[in-house]
Amino acid sequence: MNNVLQIAWLIPILPLIGFIINGTGRNILSKTISGFIGSTVILASFLLSVYVFIQVKNGNSYVAHYFNFINIDSLKIAFDFKMDQLSSLFLLIITGVGFLIHVYSTSYMHEESSKDFAKYFSFLNLFVFSMLLLVMGANYVIMFIGWEGVGLCSYLLIGYWFRNNDYTNAAKKAFIMNRIGDLGFLLAVFWLIAKVGTVSFDEVFSAANLAKLSLADKTGITLLLFVGATGKSAQIPLYTWLPDAMAGPTPVSALIHAATMVTAGIYMIARSNILYTMAPVTQAVVAITGLATAVLAATIALKQNDIKKVLAYSTVSQLGYMFLGLGVGAYTGAVFHVMTHAFFKALLFLGAGSVIHAMGGEQDMRNMGGLKKYMRTTHLTFLLGCLAIAGMPPFSGFFSKDEILAAAYANNPVLWGIGVITAMMTAFYMFRLYAMTFLGKFRGTHEQEHHLHESPVAITIPLIILAILAVIGGLIGIPESIMHGGHRLEAFLEPVFRQSNVIATKHELSHATEYMLMGISVAGALVALLYAWNKFSKYEKTETHSRGFAKLLENKWYVDEIYNAVIVQPIRSLSAFFNNVVEKKGIDGLVNGTGKAVNYGSRQLRWLQSGQVGAYVLLMVIGILILFIIQLFL
Amino acid sequence: MDIKAYIVLALTLFTIGIIGVLVRRNAIIIFMCVELMLNAVNLLLVAFSRMHAASAVAKASPTFAGDAQIFVFFIMVVAAAEVSVGLAIIVMLYRNTHSVDVNFLNRLKN
Repeated sequence: MNNVLQIAWLIPILPLIGFIINGTGRNILSKTISGFIGSTVILASFLLSVYVFIQVKNGNSYVAHYFNFINIDSLKIAFDFKMDQLSSLFLLIITGVGFLIHVYSTSYMHEESSKDFAKYFSFLNLFVFSMLLLVMGANYVIMFIGWEGVGLCSYLLIGYWFRNNDYTNAAKKAFIMNRIGDLGFLLAVFWLIAKVGTVSFDEVFSAANLAKLSLADKTGITLLLFVGATGKSAQIPLYTWLPDAMAGPTPVSALIHAATMVTAGIYMIARSNILYTMAPVTQAVVAITGLATAVLAATIALKQNDIKKVLAYSTVSQLGYMFLGLGVGAYTGAVFHVMTHAFFKALLFLGAGSVIHAMGGEQDMRNMGGLKKYMRTTHLTFLLGCLAIAGMPPFSGFFSKDEILAAAYANNPVLWGIGVITAMMTAFYMFRLYAMTFLGKFRGTHEQEHHLHESPVAITIPLIILAILAVIGGLIGIPESIMHGGHRLEAFLEPVFRQSNVIATKHELSHATEYMLMGISVAGALVALLYAWNKFSKYEKTETHSRGFAKLLENKWYVDEIYNAVIVQPIRSLSAFFNNVVEKKGIDGLVNGTGKAVNYGSRQLRWLQSGQVGAYVLLMVIGILILFIIQLFL
Repeated sequence: MDIKAYIVLALTLFTIGIIGVLVRRNAIIIFMCVELMLNAVNLLLVAFSRMHAASAVAKASPTFAGDAQIFVFFIMVVAAAEVSVGLAIIVMLYRNTHSVDVNFLNRLKN
C-alpha cells in the first residue's frame, strides 16, 4: 500500500482552518467572504475524500499514524486515522452533503448580521471537523473525541438563536441527553482497556484479542456502546432531545440532526460489527430497541403539525430502522440506509427550510397549503424526497429499507411485520406533510400569500442535486434477486464486514419470498400514501380539538411529561432536600456549631480568669500538689 | 544532727508560707510569706550541702561538695533585689488604691 493516504490529515484540518478563520475574523469578514471560506474548505475536503475513496475502492485499507496521543506504561493510544471502505463512504456523505448544506446556508442565513453569519459558519465547520475526526479515528478514543465534538457543535447550533430561552433549553436538553449516552461509551472503552489493553480497532478485532473476551465481556461492552449510540442516534429511551433540536436553523437540522451526526451511533456499531455479531443478546436488544423506536416515533409523527417536528420524528423512526438492520446483522443494509437517508432526509429538511423561508418563518402546516404553484422546484424535489422515504421503487429508500426488512424477515417474521406497519405509517405521515403543505388551497394570511416566492438558486441547486441523489442513490444496492451482481455497495463494504459474515448464520431467502416481501411493503406503503394524499389534499383548518388516542399521539405519548415526573422532579426534590436539610442544617450546622461551641466554651472558661490573685495562687498550689502526687505515688 | 530535723523545719516554714499567701489579703504579709518560703528552701539547700560535704570527706573524695553554700548567697542577693522591686510595687499600689489589699487588684485597667 502506498503512503499517499498519509495526507488524509488534511481532510479534517481544512474545516478546522475554516472554523478558526471564521471564528476569529467574525467581526471583520463580510458575509460573502465567510460563506465562501466556510463552503470552500468543505469542498476541498470533499475532493480529498473522493481521492481517498478511489484509493480504497479495490478493497485496500490504510492506517495513517501521526503521533502517540496517550502513552502510559503498556497503554498506548495512537493518533491514527483509519481509511477503509466504511470510513471513506461516511467521508463522502459528510463532506458531500455537508458542502451542499453549506451552500444552501449562504442563502438561508442571509438575514443574519455578518457577525452571526460568520459565527454560524465557524460552528458548522467545527462540526464537520469533529464528524470527520469521529469517522476517521482508528481507535475508540479518537472516535470519542469526535463524538464529543459533534455533541458540542450540536449544542452550539441548536442554541444558535440563544436569546430565545426555549431554544437554549432545547440545546441543554440535547447536550445532557447526549452526555448520559456518552457515559456508556466511556465505560465500554474502559472495559476494553481493562480486558485487552488496547482501543485500536485493528487490534481489538484481531482474533487473539477477541479470544480474550468472554461472552459476558462482549455483551457488556456492546451494550454499553449501544447506550452511547442511543444518546447520539436518538433511540429509546434517550430520543426526546432530537425533536426539540429542531430549534436550530433548518440547515443545521438537515446536516446534524438528520444526515450525519445522528448516524454516528450506526457508524460506531457498524465499525464494531464483529463484537456485536459475537454477542447475540446485544443484537436482540439493538433490534428490539430500534424497532420500538421506529414504531413509537412514527406514531407520533402521524399527528404533528409542525413541519420540522414531523421530519424530526421521521428521522428518529428511520434511525430506528437502521438499528433494526444492525440488530438483525444486516450491517450493509444499515449503512446503505444511512446513505440514502442522508440524501432524502437532507433534501426534505432543506425543502422544508425553503418552505419556511417562503412563508416568512411559519412552521405550522395548518397555515400552509397550495404551495405547489408558487414554488415549483421546491415542490418537485420535495415530492421526490417523499417518494424516496416512503419506499416507492425505484427511489433510493425502497432499496435500503427493503434490504433491512428482508433481513428482519429472515431473522424473525414478527420484526418484519412491525417494520412494514411502520413503513406504512412513514408513507402516511410523509404524504400528509406533502399534501398539507403543497396541495389544496392556501390557508395562511393574506400578507404571507403576497410574499410567497420560489427560493434563490443557492437554495434550489442543492435541492436539485440532493433530489437526483435521492432518486438514483439506491441503484448502487440493487438486491441480488432483481439483478445479479447489482449490489455493488455490499461488494464494496465486504472487507469491513468480512469477519462478521464468516461467523453469522446466513439466512438465504428464496427470490420468490423476497419478491413477495417487496410486493407487500410497497403495496402497503402505496395504500397509505394514496389515503393520506386523498385525505389531506382537501384539508380544512378546524378548531376542533382531538380526543382520545389522537390526543395521546399529538402530545407525543406524554413521554416528556413522564420523564419530567419520573426523573426530573424526583431529582429536583432530592436536590431541594439536600439544599434545605443536608446543606443548611447539616453542613452549615457543623460549621456554625464549631464556632458556637468555641464561643460558649470560652464564655464558661472566662470565669477562671477572675483577676483574684488568691484564686490564681490556690490553683497553682493545687497544680503543684497534683504534680507531687503523680511524681511520688503514681 | 539528723538531716530529718532540717527537712521538717524547712517543710513547716514552707507550709506556713503557702498558707500565708493563700489566706492573707494584705500584700505586705503575702510578701513576707513569699520570703519565708524562699528561706525555707535556702535552709534545705544548706542542710543538704552540708550533708553531702560530710559524706565526701568521709569517703576521702578530693572534690569539694560545698557549692550550694555559695549558691545560697546568690539566692539571697537576688531575693534582696526582688524585695526592693516588690516593695516598690506595693508602694505604688498603695498610692493608687490607698490600700494594700490584693483583692482590690482584680482588674487590669484603671
